[in-house]
Amino acid sequence: MRSLSYIRAKTVREATEAFAAAGEGACYISGGTTLYDLMKLGVERPHHLIDIASLEGADRIDTGGDVLFFGAGALMADVAEDEVVRRDYPVLAESLSKAASQQLRNMATVGGNLLQRTRCPYFRNGTIGAYPCNKREPGSGCAAIGGLDRTQAVLGVSDACTAVSPGDWPVALTAMDARIQLQGPTGERTIPIAEFYLLPGKTPHFEFAIMPGEIVTGISVPKTEAGRRSTYLKVRDRESYAFALASAAVALAMDGDHVRRAHIALGGVATRPWRAREAESLLNGRAIDAEIALAAGRAAFADARAGKHNAFKIELGARTLADAIMTAGRKMQ
Amino acid sequence: MSDPHDRQFLEITRRQVLEAGTIVAVSGMLPVAAQAQASSSQLAPENGVTVQVRFQINGQPSVLEIDARASLLDMLRERLGLVGAKKGCDHGQCGACTVHIDGRRVASCLTLAAKIDGRDVTTIEGVGSADTLHPMQQAFIDHDALQCGYCTPGQIMAAIACVKEGHASTPEEIREYMSGNICRCGAYVGIVAAIEQAAPQIERG
Repeated sequence: MRSLSYIRAKTVREATEAFAAAGEGACYISGGTTLYDLMKLGVERPHHLIDIASLEGADRIDTGGDVLFFGAGALMADVAEDEVVRRDYPVLAESLSKAASQQLRNMATVGGNLLQRTRCPYFRNGTIGAYPCNKREPGSGCAAIGGLDRTQAVLGVSDACTAVSPGDWPVALTAMDARIQLQGPTGERTIPIAEFYLLPGKTPHFEFAIMPGEIVTGISVPKTEAGRRSTYLKVRDRESYAFALASAAVALAMDGDHVRRAHIALGGVATRPWRAREAESLLNGRAIDAEIALAAGRAAFADARAGKHNAFKIELGARTLADAIMTAGRKMQ
Repeated sequence: MSDPHDRQFLEITRRQVLEAGTIVAVSGMLPVAAQAQASSSQLAPENGVTVQVRFQINGQPSVLEIDARASLLDMLRERLGLVGAKKGCDHGQCGACTVHIDGRRVASCLTLAAKIDGRDVTTIEGVGSADTLHPMQQAFIDHDALQCGYCTPGQIMAAIACVKEGHASTPEEIREYMSGNICRCGAYVGIVAAIEQAAPQIERG
C-alpha cells in the first residue's frame, strides 16, 4: 500500500473542497470496509483519503415523513435495527441483517454500501496481478470468462465482464424504487436508483453514475403498503456471513387475494441490482400460488446467459425468487 | 488424482512451493533483523505520511503519531504491544481481530487507525483481569469453547457485544450474530454454550 494523506471532513462542503484541492488520487472514505480492503489488495491505490464518516448529521434516520430517509452515514447495523423499518419494510431490514457480519455492519454505512465493489476473484487479484480484468485494468481482458466462473453473473453480462454486483441492500432498494441523493462541487441532485448502477457493456470500469468529487448524502424510499408484505431471501454457500449465490427482494401490494403491484429485484446473479419487470408483470392482477410464483421466477431468467460453471444459478435464481414470492404472499397486511 | 500425469504435476508443484517457501522464509528474516537493529532507538519511525491520534485505550488516554495507512490492528499490536487481538485474515473475514470502538464491535484489521482519533477502544486486555475474569472469559473456560485459542480473543469480544446488543436470546440468534467469527478448530458448540451461560450474568451486570 502506498503512502497517503488522511483528513477528516466535518461538512460536505469541507469534503468536496478537500477533494478538489487534493487533485489526482483523492478518494472519500466512510466505513472503509470495501476501500481499505481493496487498498490492501492493491486494487485501489488512493493518495489522499478524505474521511466523510463524521459529517454532521450524516447518520440521520427519519421514518416519520412521506418517505423513509436514510442519511448516507447511518450504519448498516442501525438501519437494520430500526423498529419502523423492521416492522413496515422487512425487505430493507433483512437485506441489511443478512449482509456481512455484525462487526462490519457496525463499520459500514448505508451510503457506502451502495458503492461496494464486486467480489469477482479476478478483480480482487490486484497485488499479484497475474490475471487480466477489464474492471481493474480497462482493456486488459477478462479472465473470469472461461475461467473459474461459478460465482459470476448470468444476467446483464457482456463480453468484457461478468462480475456480480455484490450488495443486498441495493437490491432491496431497487425493488422499492429508492432515490439516491448526491452532492458535489456543482451542487445537489437526486436520481432514481435504477439510473445509479451501470451495465458493464464495453466499459465495466464505469460502475456507478457518480461524478468525480460527488458524495452520496442520502437515500429516500417512497412509503408503500407493499413494504409490510415484503421479504429478502438470500441463498448462500453457507447459512450466514457469505455473499449471495442468488437472492430476491419481493414486496407485494395486494387487493384481496390478487396482486395489485409487485416489486421484484434480484441479487447475486446479475452485474447490477436487477429489477425483474417481466416477473412483476406476470404477477400483477393474479392470485399467488406455487405455479405462478415459479413461472415468475423463470420469466426473470428468460434472458440469462451462463458461463462454464454457473448455469446452476439460473435454476437456483428462479426458485429463490419463487420462494420469496410465496413468503411475501403469505404475510398478513 | 488417478491420472499419473496429474500426480506428477502435483509433485512438481509441491517441490516448487517448498523451494519458494524457503526463499520467502529467508527473505522474511532479513528485514526483521534489520528492523531489530534500527528499533534500538526507541520507537520505530513510521515511513509514510503520519497523523496524530488521541484516544482512550482500555480506559487510559493515549496519543500516538501513526502512519496514515496503518490499521487499528497493527497499531494495537505493533505500537501498543496489545497482542490479544489477532491477525487472522487481515480482510475482515475471520473476526480474530475483533475489538470494541465506543462499545461497538468492529474488525480492527479493516479500521484505519487514523479513524480512532477521539474514540474509545477496548481490547481483550481491557476486559477482566488475571484475578477476576470477565463472566464471558470464565464461560469460555467452563465450556471448553476453544482448542488452539487463536480466535478466542476475537470470539470473546464479539460475544460480549453480542449479549449487550440483545442478540443472544436463543442459540439460533447467537449463531447468526456470531457468524463473523470463524473457529477453524470447530469449537462452535462450546462457544454457543458459553454465551448462553454468560448472557444472563452480563445482562444483570
